[in-house]
Amino acid sequence: MISVSNAADAIIIEAFAKIPALLDHAPALIARGRFLDCECLLGPASHAFHVSIRQGRIVDLTPWPVLMRSWRFSYRASAAAFAEFWQPLPRPGFHDLLALTKRGEATLEGDMHPFMTHLQYFKDVLALPRLHFATAAS
Amino acid sequence: MSGMIEPIVGRYVHVDIDGDMHRIYFEENGSGIPLVCLHTAGSDGRQWRHLLADQEFAKHFRIIAFDMPWHGKSNPPENWDGTEYQLTTARYTQTIRAFCAALQLEKPAVMGCSIGGRIVLNLAIDHAAEFRALIGLEGADFQAPWYDTSWLNRPDVHGGEVCAALVSGLIAPQSPDSSRAETLWAYKQGGPGVFKGDLYFYRVDGDLRGKVERIDTKVCPLFLLTGEYDFSCTPEDTKRTAAAIAGASVTIMEQLGHFPMSENPKQFRRYIAPVLERIVALEAERAGRR
Repeated sequence: MISVSNAADAIIIEAFAKIPALLDHAPALIARGRFLDCECLLGPASHAFHVSIRQGRIVDLTPWPVLMRSWRFSYRASAAAFAEFWQPLPRPGFHDLLALTKRGEATLEGDMHPFMTHLQYFKDVLALPRLHFATAAS
Repeated sequence: MSGMIEPIVGRYVHVDIDGDMHRIYFEENGSGIPLVCLHTAGSDGRQWRHLLADQEFAKHFRIIAFDMPWHGKSNPPENWDGTEYQLTTARYTQTIRAFCAALQLEKPAVMGCSIGGRIVLNLAIDHAAEFRALIGLEGADFQAPWYDTSWLNRPDVHGGEVCAALVSGLIAPQSPDSSRAETLWAYKQGGPGVFKGDLYFYRVDGDLRGKVERIDTKVCPLFLLTGEYDFSCTPEDTKRTAAAIAGASVTIMEQLGHFPMSENPKQFRRYIAPVLERIVALEAERAGRR
């Protein structure tokens, strides 16, 4: 698994925390998730977030762990993998959530049902920082 | 331009496949060497529309793309009782041979993508003398699975949405948005369980490891081309396969994924044109010897 420095790790965590605001400005994506209510764990493996989704909007994003809070599925990848995934033109193998799981850079666990019923939604939500990440990281 | 009519013509041919009559839809354009194109699992022949409409290629090739039974405009056979559709190696091989025989194609070249890329290897193993050349796109003797296919056909998950969402990641990020959307649209339109049934061949029945060594490229030339962004059939899978086949040509295509002909037709043309030129040259050499 590839690794990055702590400073780079902090940039990934910061970018992740901005996803709810980015989603708020993506009405078509919210509409695609309009039937989705879900608790899940998303983010860098070492600093994941508990994410609450209601009708396609992220209404809460809190650093994990949270005492006795349930979740249905988790998608966690190395910080370095997110850094690659968020490049404007990601390298082969780093361009898709399931490409990352296949190459061992990410893990997908728990009840797959909400993830699979809204697979393109989650792919697009987790790709939201791509537009801004390269600028922020440079 | 409004009113522009493409040169592609679509028709139906009745084909006896293992004793069952099928009404098979195919599209074609051009004249010359028959070139039969095989679509990917869960899609249909529309994937080939850019190649079919290419007037340069059509000068030398009769380009033909057909919809496999259960796909596109080729309905299931009339005697289908609703049992789960499942494509096997034998069934797929026989479908291609029966289609070529029904159209009375003389030693066609066959180009297939994904499952089509896998089956051309089986054609090369068992029926090489029937074909002029074989082209496998995104093909290998085996590739490691990366998802559970049971998600593709269950009543509590939208089949069209999940099929398209799964394969969306196989498209290169450089591919134009409109071509990406068109490629995924076919997956959203597939019949229930058809993509999953195709993958029975890919995942369970069609493991060709230990068999491709038997391919004799002197009997039929074999060209393998794989996109660098294909993480289903990776470039490493194709290179490993080609390394076991003496004389096989292998090309890794930049800025392309699992659906080269439909996700980025212009980029694909850069890679397929030299292959088709080579097949024309081989044909000229053959004619010179006669």
